[in-house]
Amino acid sequence: MSMIDIAALADIPREGARVVRTPQGCVAIFRTATDQVFALDDRCPHKGGPLSEGIVHGTQVTCPLHNWVFDMATGQAQGADEGRVATHAVQVRDGRILLDAARLTSRAA
Amino acid sequence: MTKNLVVIGAGMASGRMLEHLFEAAPGAFTVTLFNAEPRGNYNRLMLSPVLSGEKTYDQIVTHDEAWYEAQGITTRFGEAVTAIDREAQIVHGARGPVPYDALVIATGSAPFIIPVPGHRLPGVVAYRDLEDTNAMIDASRPGARAVVIGGGLLGLEAAAGMAARGAEVTVIHLMGHLMERQLDPAAGYLLQKDLEKRGIRIHCKGATKVILGQDRVEAVLLEDGTVYPADLVCMAVGIRPETRLANDAGLEVARGITVDDQMRTSDPAIYALGECTEHDGQLFGLVAPLYDQAKVLAATLAGDQAAFRPVQTATKLKVTGCDLFSAGDFADAPGREDIVFRDPGRGIYKRLILEGERLIGAVMYGDTADGAWFFDKIRTGADVTADRDTLIFGPAFAGGAPSDPLAAVAALPPEAEICGCNGVCKGQITRAIEGGATTLDAVRGLTKASASCGTCTGLVEQVMALTLGDGFAANANPPMCKCTDHTHEDVRRLIKSMGLKSIPAVMQELGWTTVGGCASCRPALNYYLLADWPLEYRDDRQSRFVNERNHANIQKDGTYSVVPRMWGGVTTPDELRAIADAADRYNVPMVKVTGGQRIDLLGVRKEDLPAIWSDLNDAGMVSGHAYAKGLRTVKTCVGQQFCRFGTQDSTGLGIRLEKLLWGSWTPAKVKLGVSGCPRNCAEATCKDIGIVCVDSGFQISVAGAAGMDVRETVLLLTVATEDEVCEVTAAFVQLYRENARYLHRIYKWVDKVGLDWCREQVSDPATRAALHDRFMLSQSVFQTDPWADHAARPAEWSPIADLSLRAAE
Repeated sequence: MSMIDIAALADIPREGARVVRTPQGCVAIFRTATDQVFALDDRCPHKGGPLSEGIVHGTQVTCPLHNWVFDMATGQAQGADEGRVATHAVQVRDGRILLDAARLTSRAA
Repeated sequence: MTKNLVVIGAGMASGRMLEHLFEAAPGAFTVTLFNAEPRGNYNRLMLSPVLSGEKTYDQIVTHDEAWYEAQGITTRFGEAVTAIDREAQIVHGARGPVPYDALVIATGSAPFIIPVPGHRLPGVVAYRDLEDTNAMIDASRPGARAVVIGGGLLGLEAAAGMAARGAEVTVIHLMGHLMERQLDPAAGYLLQKDLEKRGIRIHCKGATKVILGQDRVEAVLLEDGTVYPADLVCMAVGIRPETRLANDAGLEVARGITVDDQMRTSDPAIYALGECTEHDGQLFGLVAPLYDQAKVLAATLAGDQAAFRPVQTATKLKVTGCDLFSAGDFADAPGREDIVFRDPGRGIYKRLILEGERLIGAVMYGDTADGAWFFDKIRTGADVTADRDTLIFGPAFAGGAPSDPLAAVAALPPEAEICGCNGVCKGQITRAIEGGATTLDAVRGLTKASASCGTCTGLVEQVMALTLGDGFAANANPPMCKCTDHTHEDVRRLIKSMGLKSIPAVMQELGWTTVGGCASCRPALNYYLLADWPLEYRDDRQSRFVNERNHANIQKDGTYSVVPRMWGGVTTPDELRAIADAADRYNVPMVKVTGGQRIDLLGVRKEDLPAIWSDLNDAGMVSGHAYAKGLRTVKTCVGQQFCRFGTQDSTGLGIRLEKLLWGSWTPAKVKLGVSGCPRNCAEATCKDIGIVCVDSGFQISVAGAAGMDVRETVLLLTVATEDEVCEVTAAFVQLYRENARYLHRIYKWVDKVGLDWCREQVSDPATRAALHDRFMLSQSVFQTDPWADHAARPAEWSPIADLSLRAAE
């Protein structure tokens, strides 16, 4: 694990997301109504929609392009749709968001 | 031989530790007890009842002079410790040194003070000790004004205490709901409602900017510009471990003084205890784990084996009349499931959080009698699978037969009341059904059951199902979404009749079955609330679909399209130059003329949006709302100014209508057309609202469409003047805004309610004027350019961090 300080929790609106740019593509950092934080690849496996722009409800997010719903903890598509988004370890400490960027910043990945 | 034990801090944890120590090892230590406060140990948890006047200080003292004397403790109260000499094992007090064999640091915590300008003014207090409490008591004369900053446990107890003494209290809370660390939004909402009922004003999402005053505090100014006059300001935004002494002595300190399982610090002769400690990365603020620490430390000092293991804690608010309980972990997380119980009529909310077969958290409001029972289940980690169906009903139900809601209704006697609003009993409903009423509407019409607040609709339907058996077909109008059994129409009606003014309020009072709704109901609720309460409700950006949240249309590749407004389809060389410049500057891949007579810049990157908006703003243009469930365009033809057939100034009228209607949110998009003669070059007769100018005046027709359905408009009214066109159009749009369900275009809504009804409403002069006035009131709030608002904060549109450079390093 290589936890990198990304930003303050307060920089992300509740029930919203912000994006982190990485060499492996963008990662969406979500914050729920109860301050849970999740990190997912910002790319819907269906048609590549930016999940960071989806509506966040509970611990799920709905893709803005075609309404696929994902469990943010597992990355698993819900309901009849099949697919999975890669998730990344993320935690909040003293109001700062720490992202496990080992996989994201390695050139070989 | 006795050893010298020095204890710094006479708080609840050290008091408890000394009791245990004298019991386990009587006579083993000679104790010196320092305390910065000029008194011994009292029950700090009971300061709230002292503040509210329900108790006196004498009643909350736990260790008096006689006790300290009987134990042979040398008390040095009101004396600050200035230094710890670890080499010589000496504690230096203001009035002289004391040697120690063992030292216990129990300095507790210090209130966190927000360093806003004015925070040092007289009249600004924290809420930690008796001095603070007395300051608040002195300031709480009837009519005095107090502001509490912080809507957590402590802040609310302070607020309730001062309110009980007659002060006019305002609570300012940074977060969206009260006690967000202990409560979820629904319970926070109920708590706010209860506190407001007792006259405490609550201002959530409020950030303190300045505390104003000359010689002492006079008022509090918030970032949003609100000012609350204040004779006293209580800052209760949090606490931090008091570690200054330990720091100065060079002990290992993280957030708190680091201790091991035996409460030992990095110096083996020094121990720490209570709120000043950090154990395994965790801080402590509630009394239960601190008492556990006290027990462990006493054993350690007495030479026994003991290890501190933090346990689960539960929270209760000590405000008389507010029943609230939370325990364990109630955050949303993977693999967790909720059981939610709501009884809106009685203000009761219970939520249990399950993980696998175990109960891991509970939040309760209104009825907390079963708190201890649930807390026990959380602590023991018992398997609750078998009891899951009835778990939420608590111990009274445990082990009983699983209940069938239909059976419960069947068991009701005929005289049992079903509809509380209209006093309708089960027997009346049964008789109406037997008399031939087989639909919900028919039963409603005959008995008035569920016709007012509507929350008993489910019960009425159950009575119908029981009476009709297989003959009962449930309401054909499907529920709004999977989160609720209510239809769109019911929700709209209940929002108004029950005065619901926030999304959590709707979800709570109408019994939503999910925690945060879904992508379908949240935008609908947000619209209904802003349409019904334009002055009170604040738009919830996170409940909006991406296009409305970002004020641009998302494209398949994640870029956006930008469409500036072009009033009535008229532009100028300067505007065209500004659009061309923007297209060049931001490398816009495609510039396209739209069907609504304006220019679309396609393929703009999200982070460029604020800059391109700012450029277009500078050229005098505003958002065209091409993305909105709101007014899109007013398409016009050239009209009498240039056209040889034109009968009226159709271009001018179109511009006037667009300036009247722009910025308004509607259930679905609204497009207008104004044609200058019946040749209809503006294609007005397939728009949501179409105006066709004729020699004698203006034909206003509505309910056209040219999308998946193609419809020709139907005539609503013919009027003589442009002023009347504007008043009728605004009134009709308002009628649509107030009555249609979300995502229904005008033609679908008119199909449902009937054109005749619409015509009656806008023809009656009084009704028309009232609708027009309500529309203008809403416009006074919502007719603002969102681009200008957002262009001012460009940072929010860029990635929050960029790790792409790290790889190259």
